[in-house]
Amino acid sequence: MNAPATPSGRWDNLARSRAGRLARAAGFATGRLVSADSIVPLLEAVIEPGDRVCIEGNNQKQADFLARSLVKTDPARLRDLHLVQSVLALPEHIDLIERGQVSRIDFSFSGPQAGRLARLVESGKITIGAIHTYLELFARYFVDLTPRVALIAAQAADREGNLYTGPNTEDTPAIVEATAFKGGIVIAQVNEIVDRLPRVDIPADWVNFVVQAPTPHYIEPLFTRDPALITEIQVLMGMIAIKGLYAEYGITRLNHGIGFDTAAIELLLPTYAAELGLKGKICTHWALNPHPTLIPAIEAGFVESVHSFGSEVGMERYTAARPDIFFVGQDGSMRSNRAFCQAAGHYACDLFIGSTLQIDLQGNSSTATKGRIAGFGGAPNMGADARGRRHASPAWLRAGREGRGNIAMPRGQKLVVQIVETFREHMQPTFVERLDAWDLAATANMALPPVMIYGEDLTHIITEEGIANLLMCATPQEREQAIRGVAGYTPVGMARDLRMVENLRDRGIIRRPEDLGIRKRDATRDLLAARSVKDLVHASGGLYDPPQQFRNW
Amino acid sequence: MEQFTLTLPSSPLPQDIVRAAICGVVSSGNLEVLVEPGATRDACEIVVNTSAHGFRDIWEAVLKDFAARHDVGGLRLSINDAGATPAVVSLRLDQAFETCAA
Repeated sequence: MNAPATPSGRWDNLARSRAGRLARAAGFATGRLVSADSIVPLLEAVIEPGDRVCIEGNNQKQADFLARSLVKTDPARLRDLHLVQSVLALPEHIDLIERGQVSRIDFSFSGPQAGRLARLVESGKITIGAIHTYLELFARYFVDLTPRVALIAAQAADREGNLYTGPNTEDTPAIVEATAFKGGIVIAQVNEIVDRLPRVDIPADWVNFVVQAPTPHYIEPLFTRDPALITEIQVLMGMIAIKGLYAEYGITRLNHGIGFDTAAIELLLPTYAAELGLKGKICTHWALNPHPTLIPAIEAGFVESVHSFGSEVGMERYTAARPDIFFVGQDGSMRSNRAFCQAAGHYACDLFIGSTLQIDLQGNSSTATKGRIAGFGGAPNMGADARGRRHASPAWLRAGREGRGNIAMPRGQKLVVQIVETFREHMQPTFVERLDAWDLAATANMALPPVMIYGEDLTHIITEEGIANLLMCATPQEREQAIRGVAGYTPVGMARDLRMVENLRDRGIIRRPEDLGIRKRDATRDLLAARSVKDLVHASGGLYDPPQQFRNW
Repeated sequence: MEQFTLTLPSSPLPQDIVRAAICGVVSSGNLEVLVEPGATRDACEIVVNTSAHGFRDIWEAVLKDFAARHDVGGLRLSINDAGATPAVVSLRLDQAFETCAA
């Protein structure tokens, strides 16, 4: 097929720019293959000052070799870059800012680098465009934040440049699609170059260069929670969630956060939930990474389907051996996709439950604390009502009735739940009059306080004191008292109006463990289906291979 | 260490406890509660030994709520605390009560 003729220089500037960059880089590559020694001059050849650059840094896998190489480039040549990537996790990401090579960043999450980033913002060395959710940043890749150069990570390449990203596919398809089809350049670091890939995750003609990294890319085991560290309070809150929410609403499609509270729920499914006769009635379909703590529930037949944002270190053989449950390619290995899984979590799940650091009296919650710009990741997309949703389910319809009453146009609502202990470590209260996010927004000159979940989206709070159903609160005053009524002995909780809280309890808006028929002496670690990482390995039939730092036997 | 004793009014326990109960362990962030018969029928005597300083108000609130939540008159509780959160204190107290009332 012939391409239509385009008048040169009017409509094809991006293509001409790409051709120029590729011509400059030609001397440092053999076809698409670049040796590790030539990567620094190649980066200097293809990247121009002012470019938008994505260094693939997900919350799991990292294009770490390419990040280290970028730090070795000449700051006089590669400067004024605009980083557009989901996670600033590596010290090198921040080093680039300190070296004066990056002047602007748009991102989602910066967990491990949150403190350094906050200091650089305060000193005026960097401007933050915005802190996005993952899905929101990917969306902007296709509108106004398209990368000119994407530095990505894959497990393997073949000699043509096709890529195998395997279980940790994660953000790669979204990044490459945006970059490759808008005149950009895609450079992949791979762990190995092979003659034949198990499957093609990214086709070679979307990839410009491939370099074999001297060491395999780093993957953070972010979703492994050691059952040995789950407390009895978490067991109690897990029982409250299962009996008071999952059973009550008939939650079949859901997403869990990554904390110990939700790990406890996963480990209570084959024991407590099964005793309540809930197998097949709750928790059948998930948008969730392959959490090791979900293994006992899968093995007990609780789970029908799991689609994942990414993989988890050590879960590769287990997921491959459970292709009815996970999304697995014809080659036999899992494929994840963060963009699709975020969309699934937003539109196709009836419940999100996760934890946070602070909740205010309106129910706004935030993980921002003074001196740390940590961002959100995906929680705001999971933890928000999907206002575009048009398919019904019993749980969604019931939440809609509770929240909107029967008068309005029939419409459902997503259940968005925060599960928190009233005090965090060092007696830091989770419930506060004012979020630290306000101070952070002021010092970092942000347009918005970084709120993870807005109060208007939050439907329930679970603490060790019980459940507050915010949907059924008729007035803002009731809502405030419902929050105070589960805030325990924090100053916010101690300032509750006792009479109003008892009234809310009579109306079922606040439910204590005893109101739910939960015996506290049953809330022991014996109720967990696995009490150690070793138990998880055993439950998996030896298929789960935990990373070294979780092996203590 | 901080030590104090509270005597809180509470309805008498429905039946006499037949045996002492002990719940929890003294490890970081945890506590041990010993329940045994006390001297007064319509009050609960609670002895607190805690490694954390400056939380007397919260202790009193937690223990008052416990004595109001259950009929624990006639009991004597000894608490050895190693920095448990109020959540853990309430849970241990309820567990100890449920165990000795069962």
